[in-house]
Amino acid sequence: MARPALFRIWRGNPEGGAFQDFKTEVDAGMVVLDAVHRIQAAQAPDLAVRWNCKAGKCGSCSAEINGMPRLMCMTRMGQLNLDMPVVIEPMHAFPLIRDLVTDVSWNFQVKKKIKKFKPRTPDAPDGTWRMRQADVDRVQEFRKCIECFLCQDVCHVLREHRKYDEFIGPRYFVYTAALEMHPLDTESRIAGLKNDHGVGYCNITTCCRQVCPESITITENAIIPLKERVVDEYFDPFRKLLRIIR
Amino acid sequence: MAEYQTLSYDVLVIGAGGAGLRAAVEAAASGVKVGVVCKSLLGKAHTVMAEGGIAAALANVDDRDNWRVHFADTMRGGQYVNNWRMAELHAREAPQRVRELEAWGALFDRTGDGRILQRNFGGHRYPRLAHVGDRTGLEMIRTLQDHGIHSGMQVHMECTVLELLLDGGRVAGAFGYDREKGHFLLWKAKAVVLATGGIGRAFKITSNSWEYTGDGHALAYRAGADLLDMEFVQFHPTGMVWPPSVCGILVTEGVRGEGGVLRNSLGKRFMFDDIPDAYKNQTADTEEEGWRYTQGDKNARRPPELLTRDHVARCINREVKAGRGSPHGGVFLDIAWIKERLPNAAAHIQRKLPSMYHQFKQLADVDITKEAMEVGPTTHYMMGGVRVDGDTQMSSVAGLYAAGEVAAGLHGANRLGGNSLSDLLVFGQRAGWHAAEFAKANSQGSIDERIPDQAAKDSLAVFERGEGGENPYLIQQNLQEKMQSLVGIVRLEAEMRQALGEIEGLKARASRAGVAGHRQYNNGWHTAMDLHNMMIVSEAITRAAILRQESRGAQFREDYPKPDPEWGRHNIVVRKGPDGMIVERKPVAPLPEELKQVIEEMK
Ligand SMILES: Cc1cc2nc3c(=O)[nH]c(=O)nc-3n(C[C@H](O)[C@H](O)[C@H](O)COP(=O)(O)OP(=O)(O)OC[C@H]3O[C@@H](n4cnc5c(N)ncnc54)[C@H](O)[C@@H]3O)c2cc1C
Ligand code: SF4
Ligand code: SF4
Ligand code: FES
Repeated sequence: MARPALFRIWRGNPEGGAFQDFKTEVDAGMVVLDAVHRIQAAQAPDLAVRWNCKAGKCGSCSAEINGMPRLMCMTRMGQLNLDMPVVIEPMHAFPLIRDLVTDVSWNFQVKKKIKKFKPRTPDAPDGTWRMRQADVDRVQEFRKCIECFLCQDVCHVLREHRKYDEFIGPRYFVYTAALEMHPLDTESRIAGLKNDHGVGYCNITTCCRQVCPESITITENAIIPLKERVVDEYFDPFRKLLRIIR
Repeated sequence: MAEYQTLSYDVLVIGAGGAGLRAAVEAAASGVKVGVVCKSLLGKAHTVMAEGGIAAALANVDDRDNWRVHFADTMRGGQYVNNWRMAELHAREAPQRVRELEAWGALFDRTGDGRILQRNFGGHRYPRLAHVGDRTGLEMIRTLQDHGIHSGMQVHMECTVLELLLDGGRVAGAFGYDREKGHFLLWKAKAVVLATGGIGRAFKITSNSWEYTGDGHALAYRAGADLLDMEFVQFHPTGMVWPPSVCGILVTEGVRGEGGVLRNSLGKRFMFDDIPDAYKNQTADTEEEGWRYTQGDKNARRPPELLTRDHVARCINREVKAGRGSPHGGVFLDIAWIKERLPNAAAHIQRKLPSMYHQFKQLADVDITKEAMEVGPTTHYMMGGVRVDGDTQMSSVAGLYAAGEVAAGLHGANRLGGNSLSDLLVFGQRAGWHAAEFAKANSQGSIDERIPDQAAKDSLAVFERGEGGENPYLIQQNLQEKMQSLVGIVRLEAEMRQALGEIEGLKARASRAGVAGHRQYNNGWHTAMDLHNMMIVSEAITRAAILRQESRGAQFREDYPKPDPEWGRHNIVVRKGPDGMIVERKPVAPLPEELKQVIEEMK
């Protein structure tokens, strides 16, 4: 069932660029990344694209396909309407390096600002801990994150309002939640969330949750509970008083 | 004169997978200045893809387990050409290294009493693999990454090392480029740790990513270090075979550990047909016993699907060749059948093997809770690599260390599943520690600027040839096809000699490779440079495989189908000579008496 298809791929660098059309054959079961590789090998050897695992595990191949933030390696040609050109663009929320590759280094800097894991003293004399699977489940959901940054790409606080200095984005709310809800962790990151990390900017549009390739329930399971913790800490009158006396 | 930026470190770690990050964490903790270089973004190295688990004799699930059993299993799996000292240290230290991950925030699946859960895997006598569903590698790399960014190490992401720099007989740094701008960089260092992973891209069907072009192997070779065991390339028995675009993507052994079975087109469990003598005592006699084993019955023995990878891969190959394969040239791997035994089997499978469920559903339209998967062998892991000292991980070049998949010795002729992630931790830690000690004891070596100048010139020549040059992607594809068909799972001298001829031709083409455009994030240019490493590695594999005239572990010679006891006492060393590659036998270091006894007891 091979058939030709038209791909409209963004080519360019920070100075500017344009869409370029490529025609290539697509076969049964192919994913968008295969088509991009086929074009790269035969028609555009210098086409810039990131990838590693080709199995949805590393989060390298993020792009916008027909306007939707997706992993190229997990988007099958069969899911797309091939009577129309398949439009592939780099993520919009980050500065372009070249073609489909963007500069995502901001994300790595953000992570450094979040206080690291600090475990309680071990439970057993041999230096180990005991945790129930049920208590671990919740955090394991967050730790599935492959750092594809698609949620960051789609979030309007970053994409449109460009609040890079005041807002850490959904990926890092998930990260913060994973630490805060870690059964062994003893650190508090609530002040940071409120004051520096901008959890208040999130108005729960759920756009991030909808694009997450790992199906992490970003809003309901991570962001809302974090918001509640901020409220408890800062707006509960009793706690407020406590904070003042301390 | 080439233009480049110069940076200075005490210890430079090349690679940010499990081995590189663990080494960097250790070196940084001992107070030296550490730089890390990696080709991809941080957290995307191959380690992220590991699925099944980390082998460590924690004895949480079966208290009969201990380091001695793990040691004996590793040696048996490697068919006794392993570096025994590495196998010993690995078995002794893995539990401590895994617990340390937990202290840094890793969250493994739990036992009923709240400890780290362990699962069955091929060749391991007891349930031994600490895991998180089937995304253990992600848990491991993220833990090391998140811990590491607070340790003071400096990470240079998306930079590729082209050449190691030497001062006489010792290492003095490395030279490379950044992908983003295409600018050159020179890293001065007192000690260098190679942690560059494997070589799988030299073959057509592989579970490995673009990064696996054997850079570390080739860098070490060019620097004059010895390579060891290059003939031992692991073909994992279960890769996806359909659709074509996902051919080679791994299907974790965890599927079989959880009760998945292999069948041919006649519906037969063909793995019962051929059980090697060394494993007869440990293998189930009946399907019933095998099932009980996967469900944790301590009196049952493991099903033959959990024999070592080399053996399972060959059995699958045999079924397909005999015309008993699946429609797309593999065999059937069935986990759905467990619904006959377990209530809520579908939910159980989704919880135990979430990413496999996802992968098949999304990429092949197969629901593994309902239907069998089609699977076949895929190039997976390189047992061979840089020859290192078992204790310190230093190579035959002073100040140059190697850890993880790029180093050789631990796994011998065949690696057991789960023994790689533990390898990364144990020997990453050791390499990091010893490299830091070396850096403290030595001053910075001097840099001969002619080397970076030449490397820069060679790499820019790709642009001078431009579009008129050979297409680098095409050369890479041709090499992969030749290695797959001529130096693959079943090997013959005549075919391998033919491969050597092909490699010579491809080398000549690689030196004429050209790409248009400029240096900014140009994948074509990067591929053109990777080719040289792939050629060295392919040649080394082929030459070593020709010399070893026997079948052992991952090396299967159709013209010498039996193991030869004489070869069982030898490794093969490859190194650079004045007129090309030198390939020679080297006796395996004899085992000390006490370890010999351990092996005897466990037989
Ligand atoms: C799909 C899959 C599943 C697996 N499952 C398991 C499992 O369940 N259990 C197990 O034990 N093992 C498993 N393995 C094997 C294991 O994952 C790998 O062997 C291991 O992760 C290798 O780790 P490493 O640290 O040596 O190298 P990698 O993690 O591959 O890291 C290599 C690093 O070196 C860098 N690098 C390479 N060349 C250069 C260069 N020239 N310049 C700069 N940087 C460079 C790369 O960018 C990368 O950062 C699996 C492998 C695969 C492919
Ligand atoms: S829910 Fe919040 S974090 Fe997610 S996209 Fe909307 S505003 Fe951004
Ligand atoms: S939370 Fe989901 S979308 Fe966001 S980075 Fe992680 S995996 Fe990607
Ligand atoms: S290549 Fe790894 S997620 Fe797409």
